[in-house]
Amino acid sequence: MNDEIKEKLLKKSRATRSEFRGRIISFVCTAIIVTVVVSIFYFVASKGLATFFSNKVNLWDFLSKTIWNPGSTDSHGSPQAGALPMIVGSFAVTILSAVIATPFAIATAVFMTEISPNKGYKILQPVTELLVGIPSVVYGFIGLSVVVPFVRHTFGGTGFGILAGTFVLFVMILPTVTSMSVDALRAVPRYYREASLALGATRWQTIYKVVLRSSAPGLATAVVFGMSRAFGEALAVQMVIGNAALLPHNLVSPASTLTSVLTMGMGNTVMGSAANNALWSLALLLLLMSLVFNLVINKIAKRGKF
Amino acid sequence: MQNYASEDRYIKELDPKKHEIALSTEDLHVFYGTSEAIHGVSLPFERFKITALIGASGSGKSTYLRSLNRMNDNIEGTRVDGKIMYRDIDINGKGVNVYEMRKHIGMVFQRPNPFSKSIYDNITFAPKRNGIKNKKVLDELVETTLKQAALWDQVKDQLDQSALALSGGQQQRLCIARAIAMKPDILLLDEPASALDPISTSTVEDTLLSLKDHYTIIIVTHNMQQAGRISDYTAFFHLGNVLEYDITSNVFQRPKIQATEDYVSGRFG
Repeated sequence: MNDEIKEKLLKKSRATRSEFRGRIISFVCTAIIVTVVVSIFYFVASKGLATFFSNKVNLWDFLSKTIWNPGSTDSHGSPQAGALPMIVGSFAVTILSAVIATPFAIATAVFMTEISPNKGYKILQPVTELLVGIPSVVYGFIGLSVVVPFVRHTFGGTGFGILAGTFVLFVMILPTVTSMSVDALRAVPRYYREASLALGATRWQTIYKVVLRSSAPGLATAVVFGMSRAFGEALAVQMVIGNAALLPHNLVSPASTLTSVLTMGMGNTVMGSAANNALWSLALLLLLMSLVFNLVINKIAKRGKF
Repeated sequence: MQNYASEDRYIKELDPKKHEIALSTEDLHVFYGTSEAIHGVSLPFERFKITALIGASGSGKSTYLRSLNRMNDNIEGTRVDGKIMYRDIDINGKGVNVYEMRKHIGMVFQRPNPFSKSIYDNITFAPKRNGIKNKKVLDELVETTLKQAALWDQVKDQLDQSALALSGGQQQRLCIARAIAMKPDILLLDEPASALDPISTSTVEDTLLSLKDHYTIIIVTHNMQQAGRISDYTAFFHLGNVLEYDITSNVFQRPKIQATEDYVSGRFG
């Protein structure tokens, strides 16, 4: 009897074998994912950097020149790949839409968690989820048929431009920022609110001074997340921004973003040509920016622990 | 568990001529939805004394305490019937400014709950909401309240550091300091030491005893030794009723009700 236990203690069993199998499976899956990510980075980087190494475009020129015509060359013989108009366009629509969306999103989230946590939450939660699920082409279509004419009538110009892009992106990121803000507010422990109320603070003082303050990192994460979504959005923006690779002088003149130039141009260039490489450089820039957004989110999230 | 008839109770009456009553309840009922958690409790609380509420888990003592400054208002489906008399006003009635009332009836919770702000900002939270802006006044308030809570010597050099970096016992004393920073009349404490180790517990108890000269204290506790050590009066809660209310030494040494005797001698609960 004793020897039997002794023997089993040193033997592999079904349990140890299945444990081993499980470890292999999860390791292989992880390895595949990591390989895919690394390959994408490598591919985009090698293509994107070719603009600077093979086609001899100066990196500073790429970031600061305003003429985007990578198919033809300038007086020095290098392609005219000045991406500043798109960089400005991307940042403009991203920052403007985030600036407009943030107060609406946080106010909605406060309503859903603090003011009407039962009825309001039950109604608004599915609404925000629905808005997240609407495909971006639908947003773009609505933008094209409603927002662009509205901007044209109200602010003049053609209607296409950064303002129209901002409005469309505002509606698109609003549900994302709202639902993440709701999560951030709900993560504030109930005893924080009780502590504040027990000190004679009013509901508004409690929301403003305690709930919003202590969830600030979470709210910031929500906004940055929305910005990263806005920055990477291609289709809907492309449909309303006008797609002119010009430095925008006002909010209602046609402009373009990194993503809109990519979607417009990717079918029209030959792989390996300077024009094609220049598009990859834009893609690389997008990739790096989303990396930056992720780093910012991580940095903020670390501060937001209770 | 034995069932005790509700007629079988002893509530000591305090003569208002001899004892100044800071707060009292009259026939207080608390309902959670349709179930009744407190079945009509009438108790007087004497000014500048410590009253302990003891009883088994689920006996309703915390629910009762939370009703006293209407913290149950914020819990959906809770209804509190009956009178809570404070300065001749029924603060459970309609038209009472709840926020103003809570400034005079402060509360410290079971779990230390400092805000994730600095020690200084925790204490000045309530005074600032009341419009005190003068830095000198606030500084002074921080010092006196922290001294009253026996925390000043330990934290005076780190007032701008996060309150969450303090130990559990220090956090709880900070919460007491924060509560007395708004200069309340009455301090309600819901098992303030149950999450603390024995050493922190005894410092919190010392703090409470030293506060007795200026505050009326009502404390819920699971710990009968604690009730015996610090309180002047004790109310024994059982299944939503108060079965015995008397001077603490009587409750523990000469209980008049069988259920109380069973509980304080550890036969149930």
